[in-house]
Amino acid sequence: MALEDICNFKDKPTHKTFPFYASEDTSVSVFTEAFNFKWRGEMTSKKASDVPLEFHVPSLFKRPSSRASHSVSVRRPFPLSHGTTTLGFIFQGGVIAAADTRASAGGLVACPAVHKITPIHSHLVVTSSGSGADCMLWERILTREIRLYQLRHKRRLSISGTAKLLSLMLHPFKGTDVCVALTLCGWDKLIYVCSDGARLQGDIFSVGSGSPYAYGVLDRSLSWSLNKEEAILLAREAVFRATHRDAYSGNNVDLFHVTAEGWRQRQREDLKEEYYRDMEKRGKKMDLTGLFS
Amino acid sequence: MEYLIGIQGPDFVLVAADNVAASSIIQMKHDYDKMFKLSEKILLLCVGEAGDTVQFAEYIQKNVQLYKMRNGYELSPSAAANFTRKNLADYLRSRTPYHVNLLLAGYDDADGPGLFYMDYLSSLAKAPFAAHGYGLNKRFILNLHSFNVRLIDKDGIHDMEKLTVGAK
Repeated sequence: MALEDICNFKDKPTHKTFPFYASEDTSVSVFTEAFNFKWRGEMTSKKASDVPLEFHVPSLFKRPSSRASHSVSVRRPFPLSHGTTTLGFIFQGGVIAAADTRASAGGLVACPAVHKITPIHSHLVVTSSGSGADCMLWERILTREIRLYQLRHKRRLSISGTAKLLSLMLHPFKGTDVCVALTLCGWDKLIYVCSDGARLQGDIFSVGSGSPYAYGVLDRSLSWSLNKEEAILLAREAVFRATHRDAYSGNNVDLFHVTAEGWRQRQREDLKEEYYRDMEKRGKKMDLTGLFS
Repeated sequence: MEYLIGIQGPDFVLVAADNVAASSIIQMKHDYDKMFKLSEKILLLCVGEAGDTVQFAEYIQKNVQLYKMRNGYELSPSAAANFTRKNLADYLRSRTPYHVNLLLAGYDDADGPGLFYMDYLSSLAKAPFAAHGYGLNKRFILNLHSFNVRLIDKDGIHDMEKLTVGAK
């Protein structure tokens, strides 16, 4: 820095505030000074605190000005996938995270058995929605950074800290095509982080194209005092209803329950069975009114 | 739509902000606080684009606090408002403008209460009353049903009763 000043070298960082520098070449370096917790009185070595986070991004990394769309843009080989239903809520017995398992690319079901809920560490699970590839990448980056923090500082980063770290890492990519909407589900906290920059802590979040339907089911029956079985049934019902109506959600439902002891995964359930059970129930009702032929 | 309102009285400033954090048509949170405490007697109210609001407001907040740590005394509301406006203006002229609308409310021990209106084009105006947003209207499709209200006077920032409008 000092040498740059003496030589009057004007580097053009995209951000003057944050210690992120986007250079014109293909690598992005993010320095961790912003999240250096030195003020907490810990003795961290200078080397550890200045280690840059380096990750290579494709050479498309040119921030569009004022976030307007380009007149000349790269043609995509296939439409990006965004459809999903994920949800998370807190209740007296911990946190439930549920998601469907369909990955859609435009009108095609690209994969019917995707893992949209990924454990980051024993007490943190993240549900992803948006672009599948971006989510996968950012989950891995987040896992790596959390682990590095743990190794350097000998304690785990809090969930709020994790969310803030993720939000700051995603900030340079705001305005580009990165589309990531993750819900970090800790054992007592739920934080929604989005590539637009939003970072919200709350009691109930549902993300994706199927979220309005899931919200409808959740808002009706959710209460703090549910027991574990009721909460799991509610989450499954919400995902099922969303997958029933939303074309871009479907196939199976994944459910994770996070408590102070850690996360536990429920076996993946095929919603087809649930659908048939539901139709049977309705079939019995419908027959009475003669609507079913 | 997000709503901010501020009213300056003879020896106080009253500010209110709605509590909605929305993502397109879905209300993700209905108890979101849009006010940032810059110092004991200055509040910054911030609405606008999703990530920009928090990033920009927290940046201003930390810098105002840093000023106090470095110099031993706090920035006056007028100085804080001008600092904020300068930052907004600088970013507007860069490749990464912040799309935020702000109200800064403060009480200066020498000059009394002050309310400053700033918008995303970095205009700054000291006004006796100011607002951002379309406000409440029975005919408006988006209903904002609760507001955080705070009062700033010579004794600092006071939380007032949360306003809930209309049927829940």
